[in-house]
Amino acid sequence: MSDALIQIAYLASVCCFIVGLKKLSGPKTARTGNALASLAMLIAIVAALLDHQVVSFPMIIAGFILGGVAGAIFALKVEMTAMPQMVALFNGFGGIASAIVALSDFATPRPEGVEGIVFASALAIGISVVIGAVTLTGSLVAFGKLQGLVNSAPITYSFQKLGNALLFLAIVALFIPFCGEGHPGWAIVVMMLLSLGLGILLVIPIGGADMPVVISLLNSYSGLAACATGFVLNNQLLIIAGSMVGAAGIILTVLMCDAMNRSLTNVIFGAFGAADSTGAASGEQRSVTKYSVEDAMMTLENASQVVIVPGYGLAVARAQHITHELGQMLEKRGITVKYAIHPVAGRMPGHMNVLLAEADVPYEQLIEMDTINPEFEYTDVVLVLGANDVINPAARTEGSPISGMPILDVDRARTVMICKRSLSPGFAGIDNELFYDEKTMMLFGDAKKTITDLVETLRNGS
Amino acid sequence: MELYLPLLFTFTLAVFLGFEVISKVPTTLHTPLMSGANAISGITVVGAILCAGQPDNNLAKWLGMFAVMFATVNVVGGFLVTDRMFKMFKRK
Repeated sequence: MSDALIQIAYLASVCCFIVGLKKLSGPKTARTGNALASLAMLIAIVAALLDHQVVSFPMIIAGFILGGVAGAIFALKVEMTAMPQMVALFNGFGGIASAIVALSDFATPRPEGVEGIVFASALAIGISVVIGAVTLTGSLVAFGKLQGLVNSAPITYSFQKLGNALLFLAIVALFIPFCGEGHPGWAIVVMMLLSLGLGILLVIPIGGADMPVVISLLNSYSGLAACATGFVLNNQLLIIAGSMVGAAGIILTVLMCDAMNRSLTNVIFGAFGAADSTGAASGEQRSVTKYSVEDAMMTLENASQVVIVPGYGLAVARAQHITHELGQMLEKRGITVKYAIHPVAGRMPGHMNVLLAEADVPYEQLIEMDTINPEFEYTDVVLVLGANDVINPAARTEGSPISGMPILDVDRARTVMICKRSLSPGFAGIDNELFYDEKTMMLFGDAKKTITDLVETLRNGS
Repeated sequence: MELYLPLLFTFTLAVFLGFEVISKVPTTLHTPLMSGANAISGITVVGAILCAGQPDNNLAKWLGMFAVMFATVNVVGGFLVTDRMFKMFKRK
């Protein structure tokens, strides 16, 4: 196929990508959007295969088979709770694929009459390799932390930031020989090795609770790596598609940071979880009122609106399905049931929505924080399941580690029912005043068991 | 150097367009958006094919093969798992 036709095919592919992404603006059209994006990818792959540069197919086919089988197995087997790990791993694969393409282009002998590597192409190769390599190892560490393969607590040591800064400067300095006369191969190899190391060192000081930010950021990097590779190959399609991914990652990173009321610099260099947990044990013993499942049932049955606040603990206990059953039983009694979703309720952006959708909760009932907050005033019962920091009113007062963090205003509701194993504080390590409030009903025990008991009681009671 | 200027234009415009399009995606769909983005970052498979399909059996070709493999994991895995999630959101 002629070069012009291939370029037109790439243009068609770009259009499909953009229209596909536009269709992600609503749950009803999203599936078509994803199908369109896959079509865009198919067009691009077919066009690339028809390029006159491509004359030997065994290596390509081998890559397709190995990658395709692995990808399909991942996609069909993965549990929805494990989505953050899978996305982390895929970020890494995307990054390294782009870096390898740039390296491969560097290793390709230039035919007679074709201009060799110039300053700008060396720069692009370098950037692609650096971003790709950082993305790979950074993502692997994030994957390990989320999967529990490595300790998810932040790992800190003295002169950590200084060491990382020096390493980064060394990588930047290597661009000087690499972009200069002769473009020595050793420079790019050393650059890549240092970048692989930097990826690890940048992610180990970040705690498990901050992983949503890290995954979003690495998501962005994997797109930027593809962009840089587009510059290397002089390919507009790679640049456009890569920019889309880059933009998506940045938007999600900013959203996650806002939801935790922390700056990106603070998340990356702050080592949150390592901070001393002052305030966790204030010393004084206060009493809370324990309630039974029967008390809870009576309160629930007399409500006209119930808002359920699911936290990550609910997902870990795999209690989404039974919660949905409880919701349906309450609805049958004419009670309005809604789910309040805090932006950081899961382990990645939008994670809790997927976990509830998996349990067949209609997405219309999943309400975002900003929309549900004014409604708590008119809510009879809030049922908090495995959430803590995101409902802690301490966020509204000065001097708390979570001051300023946007929270769900559950304390404005008439009754707050909290299912929790114990009074232990959440990730932020601070006590929750709400537990001791007189309108709060504490239901101690495993969330799944408590809800199951509630469902049983409701079933027998009617 | 001049060769890279049009690419820089494309890149800049695409970043603006990307922010415009992606900011319309509702919070509910952010997880599938990320896995979909994974799949799209597999676009680098196009470059990988060009490297792996060279006539001579050299280092570049082997590197190309690995790049095709990693990128294909993303493309196939990313689109499939995203579809799995959107299916959950669609049914009532």
